[in-house]
Amino acid sequence: MSDQTLFANDSGAVELPRLKRSFLEPRALRNTLLTLGTWVAAIIASIPLFSVLYMLIVRGGSRLKLEVLTEFPPAGFELGGGFGNAIVGTLVMVAIAALISIPIGILAAVYLAEIDPKSRLANAARFLAKTLTGMPSILTGVFAYATVVLLTGNYSAYAGGIALAVLILPTVVLTAEEAIKMVPQIMKDAAYGMGCTRTQVIWKVVLPTGLPGILTGVMLAVARATGESAPLLFTALFSNYYLSGLNEPTASLSILIYNFSSMPFENQIELAWAASLVLVMIVLVFNIISRLFGQPRA
Amino acid sequence: MALKAFEGIYAGHSISGPPSTGDYLWDRGFRFVAWAGAWIILALVAYILWKIGGQALPAITKYGLSFVTSSTWDVNKEQFGVLPEIWGTLYSSILSLIIGGFFGVTIAIFLTQDFLAPRLAAIFRTIVDLLAAIPSVVYGLWGIYVVIPTLRPLANWLNSELGWIPFFGTSLCGPGMLPAAIVLAIMILPTIAAVSQDALRRVPYKVKEAAYGMGATRCEAIFRVMLPSASSGIFGAMVLGFGRALGETMALAMLIGNANQISLSLFSPANTLASLLASNFPEAGQIEIEALMYAAMALLAITMIVNTIGLYIMNLSARRFEGKK
Repeated sequence: MSDQTLFANDSGAVELPRLKRSFLEPRALRNTLLTLGTWVAAIIASIPLFSVLYMLIVRGGSRLKLEVLTEFPPAGFELGGGFGNAIVGTLVMVAIAALISIPIGILAAVYLAEIDPKSRLANAARFLAKTLTGMPSILTGVFAYATVVLLTGNYSAYAGGIALAVLILPTVVLTAEEAIKMVPQIMKDAAYGMGCTRTQVIWKVVLPTGLPGILTGVMLAVARATGESAPLLFTALFSNYYLSGLNEPTASLSILIYNFSSMPFENQIELAWAASLVLVMIVLVFNIISRLFGQPRA
Repeated sequence: MALKAFEGIYAGHSISGPPSTGDYLWDRGFRFVAWAGAWIILALVAYILWKIGGQALPAITKYGLSFVTSSTWDVNKEQFGVLPEIWGTLYSSILSLIIGGFFGVTIAIFLTQDFLAPRLAAIFRTIVDLLAAIPSVVYGLWGIYVVIPTLRPLANWLNSELGWIPFFGTSLCGPGMLPAAIVLAIMILPTIAAVSQDALRRVPYKVKEAAYGMGATRCEAIFRVMLPSASSGIFGAMVLGFGRALGETMALAMLIGNANQISLSLFSPANTLASLLASNFPEAGQIEIEALMYAAMALLAITMIVNTIGLYIMNLSARRFEGKK
């Protein structure tokens, strides 16, 4: 204890506490081990991403040529081919999903955040939207099958688009609600003070101000829909040709990857990697756009 | 210039006035449409339950509870049971939760407890977010051509040396539980990491300062102060990750082997509810579709329950620090 005291001892010298810490002391050692362990775990956790990216670039990139982006998927032992129809199909179905879910989602978000945030309806809708975000994506496919495919009698781009719309609707609602809530009360009060009706406040102040945030959420939802395959499995099915109408089976990149991944032909597997690369690039572009919207304007 | 707008007032006409009839109707109309938008969410959930439930009803009345306790899936004999699928769903999700939960929480600590300079931490956070952006099928493809070949020598060595342990009871010949669980863990890691980061950031800064001020090492501050304070949020993150793992479809359908069996072995093929739907639905006839709809209802019920519990816990943890400000 004597070396810990700050008070002068008999000889009159002042002894300072020992502030230096030995690295071999159990506490310090445990701390160092934890730091090391955390670093190692973080590095291990980032290996998969780099491995995926490496495989995509090396195996997908080697096959990625212009004709791959325009030609039809090959059958069986055929060589060559591509997935132009799948790219078009994916984009068309994502567009259908966006056209359905974005207007409904933003309207619902306006109600939840601005018109009557504390009402029973708003609480129930918010809760259900949150549980819907956790709903397995395959179940939206089952739902679209039960509603659209059984009704029209065939697999179609509509059915796929509706399945994707159900999938992304809750994300659009919840992110748009957050974005709308971020609009400062002062701005709304100023507009009310000038005699605006609530709808005028929403259209002229709330939506324009919240727009970057809303677009971020919308783009993230669109990115998610682009990569999904489970909802399309038995709603849009697959097709080997370019789509000529929306009411027929439609190809998509993700289903093409799924179908080709289990084929015993090297050509198809190469195409699956190339399609993965294209799909990831499309998803990343949507993600980057959403980040650009999210950035505060200078 | 600005004063020009007011000239009218001096002249006796006001620029302000009550909303016109058009404004009034537009206001009412738009609020009604938004109200309807909120109702659509409620209606959608009810419609989903009604549609899937309605399709499943014949199978529910026909098979009843034996559907979840029997383990044959035979279309020709019209016998359907999903016990192996329920087992596979829970087993794969629990395994992936152990792996993904450990790494997810570690990464959340790594990113919030000053291990990295803020700018580096932001880059690393983007990397983790990127993991979430990669589509499920791409993970499946990667699992087939990278994870399974990498694991196979190790798995077969474990099986030949330690085969008496039930976990290593079979050899890995292609798809199986362990590769599926590992890929699943990677897929739920971003969710767990993101929600845990929020929970750790919500701990008031004073609490952390107090711990360091008392001379705690970083290790002690994390384990004795930060993690206990954020525990309910982290637990909520785990439950949400678990819910995501339960419903994940494509990667599992590609990696788990779709074998209708119950086995403790990490290397034997298995099946899950979601991948049963993915692999059997496209070619199913009417009777099998009814049984599959029943399986879909079971999956819906399990995930809804787990997610509701997760949301509830997260709400509790969000409120925890709000009252004290």
